[in-house]
Amino acid sequence: MSNPLSAFLRDYLTVGIFASLAFVLVGLLLFISWLVRPDRRQAQKYIAYESGVDPVGDMWSQSQVRYYIFALLFVMFDVEAVFIFPWATQLEVFGFFGLIEMTIFIVILLLGLVYAWRKGVLRWV
Amino acid sequence: MTHALLGLELAYWQQTIIRVLAGVTAILLLTGGVVYLYLFKFVSFMQSRLGPMEAGPYGSLQLLAEVGKWLQKEDVFTENSDRFIFGLAPAIVLASTFLMFVVIPAGPNAVIADLGTGIYYVLAMSSLSVLGILIAGWASANKYALMGALRAGGQLIAYELPLVLAVIGVVIAAGSLNLQDIVAAQSEGEIFGWGGIGNPYVLTQFVAFGIFMIAVQAELAQTPFDMPVAESELVAGYMVEYTGIRFLVYFISEFATAVGFAAVASTLFLGGWALPASWGISDGAMHVIGPIVIATKAVLLVGVVFWTRFSFPRFREDQLQRLAWKFLIPIALANILVTAVLKVAF
Repeated sequence: MSNPLSAFLRDYLTVGIFASLAFVLVGLLLFISWLVRPDRRQAQKYIAYESGVDPVGDMWSQSQVRYYIFALLFVMFDVEAVFIFPWATQLEVFGFFGLIEMTIFIVILLLGLVYAWRKGVLRWV
Repeated sequence: MTHALLGLELAYWQQTIIRVLAGVTAILLLTGGVVYLYLFKFVSFMQSRLGPMEAGPYGSLQLLAEVGKWLQKEDVFTENSDRFIFGLAPAIVLASTFLMFVVIPAGPNAVIADLGTGIYYVLAMSSLSVLGILIAGWASANKYALMGALRAGGQLIAYELPLVLAVIGVVIAAGSLNLQDIVAAQSEGEIFGWGGIGNPYVLTQFVAFGIFMIAVQAELAQTPFDMPVAESELVAGYMVEYTGIRFLVYFISEFATAVGFAAVASTLFLGGWALPASWGISDGAMHVIGPIVIATKAVLLVGVVFWTRFSFPRFREDQLQRLAWKFLIPIALANILVTAVLKVAF
Protein backbone atom coordinates (compact mmCIF):
# COMPACT_ATOMS: atom_id res chain seq x y z
CA MET A 1 0.00 0.00 0.00
CA SER A 2 1.36 3.39 -0.93
CA ASN A 3 -0.01 5.19 2.10
CA PRO A 4 2.15 5.20 5.20
CA LEU A 5 -0.88 5.32 7.48
CA SER A 6 -3.14 2.33 7.79
CA ALA A 7 -6.88 2.84 7.44
CA PHE A 8 -7.23 2.00 11.12
CA LEU A 9 -4.94 4.78 12.29
CA ARG A 10 -6.45 7.17 9.77
CA ASP A 11 -9.86 6.67 11.32
CA TYR A 12 -8.45 7.76 14.65
CA LEU A 13 -6.70 10.70 12.99
CA THR A 14 -10.14 11.81 11.82
CA VAL A 15 -11.38 11.48 15.40
CA GLY A 16 -8.50 13.69 16.57
CA ILE A 17 -9.24 16.30 13.91
CA PHE A 18 -12.89 16.35 14.90
CA ALA A 19 -12.05 16.76 18.59
CA SER A 20 -9.68 19.64 17.85
CA LEU A 21 -12.50 21.26 15.90
CA ALA A 22 -14.47 21.60 19.14
CA PHE A 23 -11.59 23.56 20.66
CA VAL A 24 -11.26 25.65 17.48
CA LEU A 25 -14.99 26.42 17.65
CA VAL A 26 -14.74 27.53 21.28
CA GLY A 27 -11.68 29.61 20.41
CA LEU A 28 -13.49 31.22 17.50
CA LEU A 29 -16.52 32.08 19.66
CA LEU A 30 -14.25 33.54 22.34
CA PHE A 31 -12.43 35.59 19.69
CA ILE A 32 -15.65 37.04 18.22
CA SER A 33 -16.86 37.70 21.74
CA TRP A 34 -13.57 39.43 22.59
CA LEU A 35 -14.12 41.78 19.62
CA VAL A 36 -17.60 42.92 20.63
CA ARG A 37 -17.87 42.60 24.41
CA PRO A 38 -17.39 45.43 26.88
CA ASP A 39 -14.73 45.36 29.60
CA ARG A 40 -15.76 47.41 32.62
CA ARG A 41 -14.00 46.13 35.69
CA GLN A 42 -15.56 46.57 39.14
CA ALA A 43 -14.40 44.67 42.20
CA GLN A 44 -17.92 43.48 43.07
CA LYS A 45 -18.29 41.62 39.80
CA TYR A 46 -15.59 39.14 40.76
CA ILE A 47 -17.08 37.99 44.05
CA ALA A 48 -18.44 34.44 43.98
CA TYR A 49 -22.20 34.43 43.38
CA GLU A 50 -24.16 33.03 46.28
CA SER A 51 -27.62 34.35 45.53
CA GLY A 52 -26.61 37.92 46.31
CA VAL A 53 -25.33 37.29 49.85
CA ASP A 54 -21.66 37.94 50.55
CA PRO A 55 -19.87 34.58 50.49
CA VAL A 56 -18.70 33.29 53.86
CA GLY A 57 -15.59 31.23 54.52
CA ASP A 58 -13.42 29.22 52.20
CA MET A 59 -14.81 28.59 48.73
CA TRP A 60 -13.42 25.06 48.60
CA SER A 61 -15.42 24.17 51.67
CA GLN A 62 -15.62 20.64 52.95
CA SER A 63 -18.85 18.78 52.49
CA GLN A 64 -19.85 15.26 53.31
CA VAL A 65 -18.81 12.97 50.51
CA ARG A 66 -21.44 10.28 50.10
CA TYR A 67 -20.19 9.41 46.68
CA TYR A 68 -17.06 7.38 47.28
CA ILE A 69 -18.85 4.08 47.93
CA PHE A 70 -20.83 4.61 44.74
CA ALA A 71 -17.60 5.36 42.91
CA LEU A 72 -16.10 2.09 44.15
CA LEU A 73 -19.19 0.15 43.08
CA PHE A 74 -19.09 1.94 39.75
CA VAL A 75 -15.52 0.85 39.10
CA MET A 76 -16.47 -2.73 39.90
CA PHE A 77 -19.37 -2.81 37.46
CA ASP A 78 -17.60 -0.82 34.78
CA VAL A 79 -14.75 -3.32 34.73
CA GLU A 80 -17.39 -6.01 34.49
CA ALA A 81 -18.81 -4.29 31.41
CA VAL A 82 -15.33 -4.28 29.85
CA PHE A 83 -15.32 -8.07 30.14
CA ILE A 84 -18.88 -8.51 28.92
CA PHE A 85 -18.53 -6.50 25.69
CA PRO A 86 -16.07 -8.80 23.86
CA TRP A 87 -18.04 -11.82 25.07
CA ALA A 88 -21.27 -10.28 23.74
CA THR A 89 -19.85 -9.90 20.22
CA GLN A 90 -18.62 -13.51 20.15
CA LEU A 91 -21.62 -15.22 21.74
CA GLU A 92 -22.56 -17.08 18.55
CA VAL A 93 -19.07 -18.61 18.42
CA PHE A 94 -18.98 -19.64 22.07
CA GLY A 95 -22.58 -20.81 22.19
CA PHE A 96 -23.73 -22.72 25.25
CA PHE A 97 -20.28 -22.80 26.86
CA GLY A 98 -19.97 -19.00 26.72
CA LEU A 99 -23.46 -18.62 28.16
CA ILE A 100 -22.66 -20.76 31.23
CA GLU A 101 -19.36 -18.96 31.80
CA MET A 102 -20.92 -15.50 31.65
CA THR A 103 -23.89 -16.53 33.78
CA ILE A 104 -21.48 -17.54 36.55
CA PHE A 105 -19.59 -14.23 36.14
CA ILE A 106 -22.72 -12.06 36.24
CA VAL A 107 -24.26 -14.01 39.15
CA ILE A 108 -21.09 -13.49 41.22
CA LEU A 109 -21.27 -9.75 40.53
CA LEU A 110 -24.98 -9.68 41.32
CA LEU A 111 -24.14 -11.34 44.65
CA GLY A 112 -21.69 -8.48 45.23
CA LEU A 113 -24.47 -5.97 44.57
CA VAL A 114 -26.84 -7.86 46.86
CA TYR A 115 -24.15 -7.89 49.57
CA ALA A 116 -23.66 -4.12 49.24
CA TRP A 117 -27.44 -3.71 49.34
CA ARG A 118 -27.80 -5.80 52.52
CA LYS A 119 -24.93 -3.87 54.11
CA GLY A 120 -26.95 -0.70 53.58
CA VAL A 121 -24.33 0.89 51.34
CA LEU A 122 -26.88 1.81 48.71
CA ARG A 123 -28.96 3.77 51.22
CA TRP A 124 -28.53 7.52 50.99
CA VAL A 125 -27.90 8.51 54.63
CA MET B 1 -7.51 2.60 1.06
CA THR B 2 -9.78 5.18 -0.51
CA HIS B 3 -13.45 5.02 0.24
CA ALA B 4 -15.88 5.96 -2.46
CA LEU B 5 -17.97 8.86 -1.27
CA LEU B 6 -20.93 9.57 -3.52
CA GLY B 7 -19.26 7.61 -6.30
CA LEU B 8 -16.17 9.82 -6.39
CA GLU B 9 -12.65 8.71 -5.60
CA LEU B 10 -11.28 11.26 -3.15
CA ALA B 11 -8.00 11.46 -1.29
CA TYR B 12 -8.02 11.03 2.47
CA TRP B 13 -7.68 14.74 3.25
CA GLN B 14 -10.50 15.67 0.85
CA GLN B 15 -12.79 13.08 2.41
CA THR B 16 -11.84 14.20 5.90
CA ILE B 17 -12.63 17.85 5.18
CA ILE B 18 -16.03 16.91 3.74
CA ARG B 19 -16.88 14.51 6.56
CA VAL B 20 -15.74 16.83 9.36
CA LEU B 21 -17.45 19.94 7.98
CA ALA B 22 -20.64 18.03 7.20
CA GLY B 23 -20.53 16.55 10.70
CA VAL B 24 -20.18 19.92 12.43
CA THR B 25 -22.90 21.45 10.26
CA ALA B 26 -25.24 18.57 11.01
CA ILE B 27 -24.58 18.79 14.76
CA LEU B 28 -25.10 22.55 14.95
CA LEU B 29 -28.16 22.56 12.68
CA LEU B 30 -29.84 19.73 14.56
CA THR B 31 -28.99 21.31 17.91
CA GLY B 32 -30.36 24.67 16.85
CA GLY B 33 -33.47 23.04 15.43
CA VAL B 34 -34.05 21.07 18.61
CA VAL B 35 -33.63 24.17 20.80
CA TYR B 36 -36.14 26.11 18.71
CA LEU B 37 -38.58 23.24 18.33
CA TYR B 38 -38.63 21.97 21.91
CA LEU B 39 -37.13 24.54 24.26
CA PHE B 40 -38.78 27.57 22.65
CA LYS B 41 -42.01 26.27 21.09
CA PHE B 42 -42.94 22.83 22.45
CA VAL B 43 -42.69 23.91 26.09
CA SER B 44 -44.48 27.17 25.35
CA PHE B 45 -47.45 25.37 23.87
CA MET B 46 -47.46 22.94 26.82
CA GLN B 47 -47.71 25.95 29.13
CA SER B 48 -50.37 27.75 27.04
CA ARG B 49 -48.15 30.54 25.77
CA LEU B 50 -46.72 31.42 22.38
CA GLY B 51 -42.99 31.50 23.07
CA PRO B 52 -40.71 33.76 21.02
CA MET B 53 -42.58 35.40 18.13
CA GLU B 54 -40.59 38.52 17.23
CA ALA B 55 -37.25 37.42 15.73
CA GLY B 56 -38.02 35.99 12.29
CA PRO B 57 -41.19 34.17 11.27
CA TYR B 58 -42.70 32.58 14.40
CA GLY B 59 -39.53 33.45 16.30
CA SER B 60 -37.42 31.03 14.29
CA LEU B 61 -34.37 33.32 14.42
CA GLN B 62 -34.64 33.75 18.18
CA LEU B 63 -31.65 31.46 18.74
CA LEU B 64 -29.41 33.61 16.52
CA ALA B 65 -30.54 36.67 18.47
CA GLU B 66 -29.66 34.87 21.70
CA VAL B 67 -26.20 33.98 20.40
CA GLY B 68 -25.71 37.62 19.45
CA LYS B 69 -26.69 38.64 22.96
CA TRP B 70 -24.34 36.15 24.62
CA LEU B 71 -21.45 37.23 22.41
CA GLN B 72 -21.73 40.77 23.81
CA LYS B 73 -21.61 39.76 27.46
CA GLU B 74 -18.62 40.73 29.54
CA ASP B 75 -16.21 37.89 30.37
CA VAL B 76 -16.26 37.58 34.18
CA PHE B 77 -14.14 35.30 36.32
CA THR B 78 -14.54 34.94 40.08
CA GLU B 79 -11.61 36.35 42.00
CA ASN B 80 -10.33 33.02 43.37
CA SER B 81 -11.03 30.91 40.32
CA ASP B 82 -8.40 28.84 38.57
CA ARG B 83 -8.69 30.74 35.31
CA PHE B 84 -6.98 28.29 32.95
CA ILE B 85 -9.01 25.29 34.12
CA PHE B 86 -12.14 27.44 34.32
CA GLY B 87 -11.75 28.41 30.68
CA LEU B 88 -10.81 24.90 29.57
CA ALA B 89 -13.81 23.12 31.11
CA PRO B 90 -16.50 24.20 28.57
CA ALA B 91 -14.24 23.20 25.68
CA ILE B 92 -13.74 19.74 27.20
CA VAL B 93 -17.50 19.26 27.57
CA LEU B 94 -18.07 20.40 23.98
CA ALA B 95 -15.27 18.16 22.65
CA SER B 96 -16.78 15.18 24.48
CA THR B 97 -20.11 15.96 22.85
CA PHE B 98 -18.59 16.29 19.38
CA LEU B 99 -16.65 13.05 19.75
CA MET B 100 -19.90 11.15 20.42
CA PHE B 101 -21.09 11.95 16.90
CA VAL B 102 -17.99 10.61 15.15
CA VAL B 103 -19.20 7.03 14.71
CA ILE B 104 -22.94 7.59 14.29
CA PRO B 105 -23.74 6.59 10.71
CA ALA B 106 -26.23 8.64 8.65
CA GLY B 107 -26.04 6.59 5.47
CA PRO B 108 -24.15 3.73 3.80
CA ASN B 109 -21.02 5.88 3.75
CA ALA B 110 -22.01 9.00 5.67
CA VAL B 111 -20.07 8.55 8.86
CA ILE B 112 -17.17 10.65 10.08
CA ALA B 113 -15.02 7.67 11.06
CA ASP B 114 -16.35 4.11 10.95
CA LEU B 115 -14.52 2.74 13.98
CA GLY B 116 -14.71 -0.96 14.76
CA THR B 117 -15.28 -0.26 18.46
CA GLY B 118 -18.39 1.76 17.55
CA ILE B 119 -20.82 1.89 20.44
CA TYR B 120 -18.11 1.24 23.02
CA TYR B 121 -16.31 4.33 21.76
CA VAL B 122 -19.53 6.39 22.02
CA LEU B 123 -20.04 5.35 25.65
CA ALA B 124 -16.43 6.15 26.49
CA MET B 125 -16.57 9.58 24.88
CA SER B 126 -19.91 10.53 26.41
CA SER B 127 -18.52 9.86 29.88
CA LEU B 128 -15.63 12.26 29.28
CA SER B 129 -17.99 15.17 29.85
CA VAL B 130 -18.06 14.39 33.59
CA LEU B 131 -14.39 15.44 33.70
CA GLY B 132 -15.23 18.83 32.24
CA ILE B 133 -18.10 19.25 34.71
CA LEU B 134 -16.00 18.27 37.75
CA ILE B 135 -13.14 20.62 36.90
CA ALA B 136 -15.63 23.38 36.11
CA GLY B 137 -17.17 23.07 39.57
CA TRP B 138 -13.76 22.87 41.20
CA ALA B 139 -12.20 25.79 39.34
CA SER B 140 -15.19 28.11 39.89
CA ALA B 141 -14.28 28.73 43.55
CA ASN B 142 -17.94 28.72 44.47
CA LYS B 143 -19.64 26.44 47.02
CA TYR B 144 -22.72 25.88 44.88
CA ALA B 145 -20.66 25.11 41.79
CA LEU B 146 -18.61 22.57 43.73
CA MET B 147 -21.71 20.89 45.15
CA GLY B 148 -23.37 20.84 41.76
CA ALA B 149 -20.30 19.32 40.16
CA LEU B 150 -20.08 16.59 42.81
CA ARG B 151 -23.76 15.83 42.37
CA ALA B 152 -23.28 15.68 38.62
CA GLY B 153 -20.32 13.34 39.07
CA GLY B 154 -22.27 11.00 41.35
CA GLN B 155 -25.26 11.03 39.02
CA LEU B 156 -23.35 10.56 35.79
CA ILE B 157 -21.39 7.56 37.05
CA ALA B 158 -24.49 5.99 38.62
CA TYR B 159 -26.38 6.16 35.33
CA GLU B 160 -23.40 5.29 33.18
CA LEU B 161 -23.87 1.68 34.30
CA PRO B 162 -27.51 1.11 33.25
CA LEU B 163 -26.61 2.83 29.98
CA VAL B 164 -23.67 0.51 29.30
CA LEU B 165 -25.48 -2.63 30.48
CA ALA B 166 -28.56 -1.83 28.36
CA VAL B 167 -26.36 -1.47 25.29
CA ILE B 168 -24.89 -4.95 25.88
CA GLY B 169 -28.30 -6.48 25.14
CA VAL B 170 -28.20 -4.89 21.67
CA VAL B 171 -24.58 -5.95 21.15
CA ILE B 172 -25.52 -9.56 21.94
CA ALA B 173 -28.43 -9.43 19.51
CA ALA B 174 -26.40 -7.84 16.71
CA GLY B 175 -23.12 -9.64 17.44
CA SER B 176 -21.04 -6.54 16.75
CA LEU B 177 -19.93 -3.28 18.34
CA ASN B 178 -19.77 -1.45 15.01
CA LEU B 179 -22.77 0.81 14.50
CA GLN B 180 -23.00 0.09 10.76
CA ASP B 181 -23.18 -3.62 11.57
CA ILE B 182 -25.87 -2.97 14.19
CA VAL B 183 -27.88 -0.96 11.66
CA ALA B 184 -27.48 -3.73 9.06
CA ALA B 185 -28.50 -6.39 11.60
CA GLN B 186 -31.73 -4.49 12.31
CA SER B 187 -32.45 -3.79 8.65
CA GLU B 188 -31.92 -7.42 7.59
CA GLY B 189 -33.28 -9.00 10.76
CA GLU B 190 -36.50 -10.93 11.15
CA ILE B 191 -39.01 -11.15 13.99
CA PHE B 192 -40.18 -14.79 14.26
CA GLY B 193 -39.29 -15.32 10.61
CA TRP B 194 -41.14 -12.20 9.42
CA GLY B 195 -38.88 -9.53 7.91
CA GLY B 196 -41.49 -6.99 6.79
CA ILE B 197 -40.07 -4.21 8.98
CA GLY B 198 -36.70 -5.79 9.70
CA ASN B 199 -35.93 -6.19 13.38
CA PRO B 200 -35.74 -2.79 15.06
CA TYR B 201 -34.45 -3.64 18.53
CA VAL B 202 -37.04 -1.39 20.17
CA LEU B 203 -39.41 -4.34 19.61
CA THR B 204 -37.17 -7.23 20.64
CA GLN B 205 -34.99 -5.35 23.16
CA PHE B 206 -37.71 -3.16 24.65
CA VAL B 207 -36.39 -3.56 28.21
CA ALA B 208 -32.98 -2.34 27.11
CA PHE B 209 -34.63 0.57 25.27
CA GLY B 210 -36.53 1.65 28.38
CA ILE B 211 -33.45 1.47 30.58
CA PHE B 212 -31.40 3.29 27.94
CA MET B 213 -33.86 6.19 27.67
CA ILE B 214 -34.15 6.58 31.47
CA ALA B 215 -30.35 6.54 31.75
CA VAL B 216 -30.08 9.07 28.91
CA GLN B 217 -32.49 11.37 30.74
CA ALA B 218 -30.20 11.19 33.77
CA GLU B 219 -26.97 11.53 31.79
CA LEU B 220 -28.38 14.69 30.20
CA ALA B 221 -29.42 15.96 33.67
CA GLN B 222 -32.90 16.71 32.34
CA THR B 223 -35.68 17.37 34.77
CA PRO B 224 -36.64 14.34 36.75
CA PHE B 225 -32.87 14.00 37.22
CA ASP B 226 -31.71 17.64 37.19
CA MET B 227 -30.30 17.83 40.74
CA PRO B 228 -26.82 18.85 39.48
CA VAL B 229 -28.23 22.09 38.08
CA ALA B 230 -31.23 22.45 40.39
CA GLU B 231 -31.83 26.20 40.25
CA SER B 232 -33.84 26.37 43.46
CA GLU B 233 -31.18 24.57 45.52
CA LEU B 234 -27.85 25.22 43.84
CA VAL B 235 -28.57 28.31 41.71
CA ALA B 236 -27.31 26.51 38.57
CA GLY B 237 -24.82 23.96 39.82
CA TYR B 238 -21.45 23.90 38.11
CA MET B 239 -22.54 26.65 35.67
CA VAL B 240 -23.11 29.36 38.33
CA GLU B 241 -20.01 31.39 37.56
CA TYR B 242 -20.08 31.03 33.78
CA THR B 243 -21.28 34.02 31.80
CA GLY B 244 -21.68 35.01 28.19
CA ILE B 245 -20.00 32.90 25.59
CA ARG B 246 -18.67 30.30 28.00
CA PHE B 247 -22.19 29.66 29.24
CA LEU B 248 -23.31 29.43 25.61
CA VAL B 249 -20.80 26.61 25.05
CA TYR B 250 -22.37 24.67 27.94
CA PHE B 251 -25.78 25.39 26.49
CA ILE B 252 -24.76 24.11 23.04
CA SER B 253 -23.16 21.04 24.63
CA GLU B 254 -26.26 20.21 26.64
CA PHE B 255 -28.54 20.18 23.62
CA ALA B 256 -25.99 18.68 21.24
CA THR B 257 -25.54 15.84 23.74
CA ALA B 258 -29.31 15.36 23.78
CA VAL B 259 -29.25 15.09 19.98
CA GLY B 260 -26.23 12.78 20.18
CA PHE B 261 -27.80 10.37 22.65
CA ALA B 262 -31.04 10.42 20.66
CA ALA B 263 -29.10 9.61 17.49
CA VAL B 264 -27.31 6.77 19.29
CA ALA B 265 -30.64 5.47 20.63
CA SER B 266 -32.22 5.61 17.18
CA THR B 267 -29.21 3.80 15.71
CA LEU B 268 -29.27 1.10 18.38
CA PHE B 269 -33.00 0.62 18.77
CA LEU B 270 -34.94 2.20 15.89
CA GLY B 271 -32.93 0.92 12.95
CA GLY B 272 -30.71 3.95 12.39
CA TRP B 273 -30.50 5.41 8.90
CA ALA B 274 -31.59 2.20 7.21
CA LEU B 275 -35.04 1.24 6.04
CA PRO B 276 -35.95 -2.47 6.24
CA ALA B 277 -33.93 -4.45 3.70
CA SER B 278 -37.08 -6.21 2.50
CA TRP B 279 -38.36 -2.90 1.09
CA GLY B 280 -35.64 -3.18 -1.54
CA ILE B 281 -34.42 0.44 -1.62
CA SER B 282 -31.05 0.74 -3.36
CA ASP B 283 -27.88 1.95 -1.65
CA GLY B 284 -27.79 4.90 -4.03
CA ALA B 285 -31.16 6.18 -2.79
CA MET B 286 -30.19 5.55 0.83
CA HIS B 287 -27.27 7.97 0.47
CA VAL B 288 -29.95 10.67 0.24
CA ILE B 289 -32.75 9.19 2.37
CA GLY B 290 -30.50 7.89 5.17
CA PRO B 291 -29.56 11.23 6.79
CA ILE B 292 -33.22 12.34 6.68
CA VAL B 293 -34.39 9.09 8.28
CA ILE B 294 -31.94 9.20 11.18
CA ALA B 295 -32.40 12.95 11.73
CA THR B 296 -36.18 12.44 11.96
CA LYS B 297 -35.82 9.58 14.43
CA ALA B 298 -33.29 11.48 16.52
CA VAL B 299 -35.40 14.65 16.69
CA LEU B 300 -38.48 12.63 17.68
CA LEU B 301 -36.51 10.89 20.45
CA VAL B 302 -35.21 14.23 21.72
CA GLY B 303 -38.88 15.19 21.81
CA VAL B 304 -39.55 12.27 24.16
CA VAL B 305 -36.70 13.44 26.41
CA PHE B 306 -38.06 16.99 26.54
CA TRP B 307 -41.65 15.85 26.95
CA THR B 308 -40.49 13.97 30.06
CA ARG B 309 -38.46 16.96 31.16
CA PHE B 310 -41.40 19.33 31.05
CA SER B 311 -43.89 16.87 32.59
CA PHE B 312 -42.20 15.57 35.75
CA PRO B 313 -41.07 17.19 39.00
CA ARG B 314 -37.54 16.70 40.27
CA PHE B 315 -36.57 13.55 42.21
CA ARG B 316 -34.72 13.74 45.50
CA GLU B 317 -31.05 12.88 45.50
CA ASP B 318 -31.56 9.60 47.42
CA GLN B 319 -34.33 8.51 45.06
CA LEU B 320 -31.99 9.07 42.16
CA GLN B 321 -29.29 6.72 43.42
CA ARG B 322 -31.85 4.15 44.56
CA LEU B 323 -33.45 4.03 41.11
CA ALA B 324 -30.10 3.41 39.45
CA TRP B 325 -28.62 0.85 41.81
CA LYS B 326 -31.68 -1.05 43.03
CA PHE B 327 -33.81 -1.12 39.89
CA LEU B 328 -32.09 -0.29 36.65
CA ILE B 329 -28.82 -2.18 37.14
CA PRO B 330 -30.37 -5.50 38.30
CA ILE B 331 -32.96 -5.28 35.51
CA ALA B 332 -30.25 -4.53 32.95
CA LEU B 333 -28.17 -7.50 34.14
CA ALA B 334 -31.23 -9.76 33.95
CA ASN B 335 -31.88 -8.44 30.44
CA ILE B 336 -28.33 -9.40 29.42
CA LEU B 337 -28.81 -12.95 30.71
CA VAL B 338 -32.24 -13.40 29.11
CA THR B 339 -31.00 -12.01 25.79
CA ALA B 340 -27.99 -14.32 25.88
CA VAL B 341 -30.15 -17.37 26.66
CA LEU B 342 -32.55 -16.53 23.82
CA LYS B 343 -29.66 -15.88 21.44
CA VAL B 344 -28.05 -19.25 22.21
CA ALA B 345 -31.36 -21.13 22.25
CA PHE B 346 -32.53 -19.85 18.83
